[in-house]
Amino acid sequence: MCGIAGIIYRNGDGQHTVGHDMTAMLQSMKHRGPDSTGYALYGPASELVVMRYKLADANDPRDFEFAQRLEHHKADVEARLRMLGAKIHEIEKETGYAYRVTFEYDGELKAITDVVEDVPHAEVLSLGHSLEIVKDLGDAEQVAKQYRLDGFIGTHAIGHVRMATESDVDISGAHPYWAYPFGDVAVVHNGQLTNYFQWKHRLERSGHRFQSECDSEVIAVYLAEKMSEGHSLEDAMRESLEELDGVFTYICVTGDALGVAKDEMAAKPLVLYEADDIVALASEEIAIRAIVDHEIETWDPYEGEVMVWTC
Amino acid sequence: MDVLAGERMITYDARGLVEPDDTVPRVSEIDGDRAVLDAKTLTTRQINLELRWLLYQEGVRDVTVLNPGAKHSLGVGILTRCRITFDGSLGYFGCGLIDGPEIHIKGRVGWSACENMMSGVVTIDSNAGSLTGAAIRGGDLIVKGQVGARTGIDQKGGTIIVLGRAGSMTGFMMQRGRQIFCGDVGPGLGDSMYDGTIYVAGRVKSLGIDCVPGEWNDSDTELIERKFRIYGLGSPPAFQKFVCGKRLYNYDNLEPSERKLVL
Repeated sequence: MCGIAGIIYRNGDGQHTVGHDMTAMLQSMKHRGPDSTGYALYGPASELVVMRYKLADANDPRDFEFAQRLEHHKADVEARLRMLGAKIHEIEKETGYAYRVTFEYDGELKAITDVVEDVPHAEVLSLGHSLEIVKDLGDAEQVAKQYRLDGFIGTHAIGHVRMATESDVDISGAHPYWAYPFGDVAVVHNGQLTNYFQWKHRLERSGHRFQSECDSEVIAVYLAEKMSEGHSLEDAMRESLEELDGVFTYICVTGDALGVAKDEMAAKPLVLYEADDIVALASEEIAIRAIVDHEIETWDPYEGEVMVWTC
Repeated sequence: MDVLAGERMITYDARGLVEPDDTVPRVSEIDGDRAVLDAKTLTTRQINLELRWLLYQEGVRDVTVLNPGAKHSLGVGILTRCRITFDGSLGYFGCGLIDGPEIHIKGRVGWSACENMMSGVVTIDSNAGSLTGAAIRGGDLIVKGQVGARTGIDQKGGTIIVLGRAGSMTGFMMQRGRQIFCGDVGPGLGDSMYDGTIYVAGRVKSLGIDCVPGEWNDSDTELIERKFRIYGLGSPPAFQKFVCGKRLYNYDNLEPSERKLVL
């Protein structure tokens, strides 16, 4: 079933409690997906590159060398970043196995990902100047507490509560997906893609990597590929309606925009609230009401609609 | 209870899906046969239990529910004649499985509002989600805003009136009853319908399989004028009528084994 949510503040000063808001929205939709919860949050754009990566999963078996191996791999990641010329500012250990690192770097982001992911069990969750993807098992309050998201200040965010249908319950299978190798682009998706393998093979042949067996990852990479060819976010999303088969409502975010697309059957739900200062959208109105405490005018977008807002 | 070493304590609510509270809160302000219920801090189950208590045991005939807060499954399974006003929006499955009440929703409803309604009247002041009036068997459902996709799917009776626009596959597999749309409707109108009538005043993006324009007659005019008059919807616009083409009807064809017996 899954639940998706998005929020974007329109006044552009970037000082909004998006972490706290998104937690409230996702927690109220816990019944749509209790397996895992994920966030793509946008803080103020920085000169530094911010990377979130993980070296293990919450439910990985802990053998005797687990801690030692993790330390070893972490040191390996740092060595590789330095090797590529990145000047590391700060490394934060978010959980026992997930890290946030900021560094100065002006080369290609693809090189960073490829070299870091060469370390065993390493997965880059997000990379960019403002995007931070946080995802883990459990409900929104658990994840927010674990990663201390309540204090996250930014401009816009999307989130996802997952009920796993076609791939494993682990961090790799959780949404949002970062659009490798493009910085600051992420996607959450509710639905199923039926031509997933076709697109996965096609994109792999043109050099993209897939970290999970989840069909939703293909949307992020698909959009990234289109944008690399010069399409705008909105045009890329419009093309996806023709080229991706299946039932879907997905939300895509970039550094300064948030877009939503709905398949031609309108099979998956979405409720939209547009006000002067905020646009909030979610699979259920109850999620929007978690952050807006008065009666509001909302509506369901129609089949085949693509909408984009900027902050 | 302490968690034992090596064991994880699993309670019945491990996935957070069960609402355990099953006592009637009895917090409504009752005045004769009228009552006001503030639902702000109540759970879905508490609100529904309170409604049942008011209507079935306290003899209340007119309930106003304040702050419904877009919660799901409110006002379901009410099987008595009464009047209920929701002063706000409802979530999914609002007012489903009802038989008899006259309900006024002052906000919006989510998916599957009034699913399987048997009789009664539901008026929604704002928009409605997809699957509005799914499988209704009777009664009138009036939406003053716009509706999502698949309105009146599997409808078996009653009347659905929508003043705004409607999405794709409207009237999908409808079997009986009437649908009246004052705005535009999306692609696949009346797809695979068996019977019943759909009236559209706006533009139809495309007709579904086996849905064809119907012949207008006096009973259509009478029906539309009567419904608009009853619900105070002003003077009706000009409608087109759509019915089932019955090209997909194969009911008379015998199964091969049966044919052998007959022949």
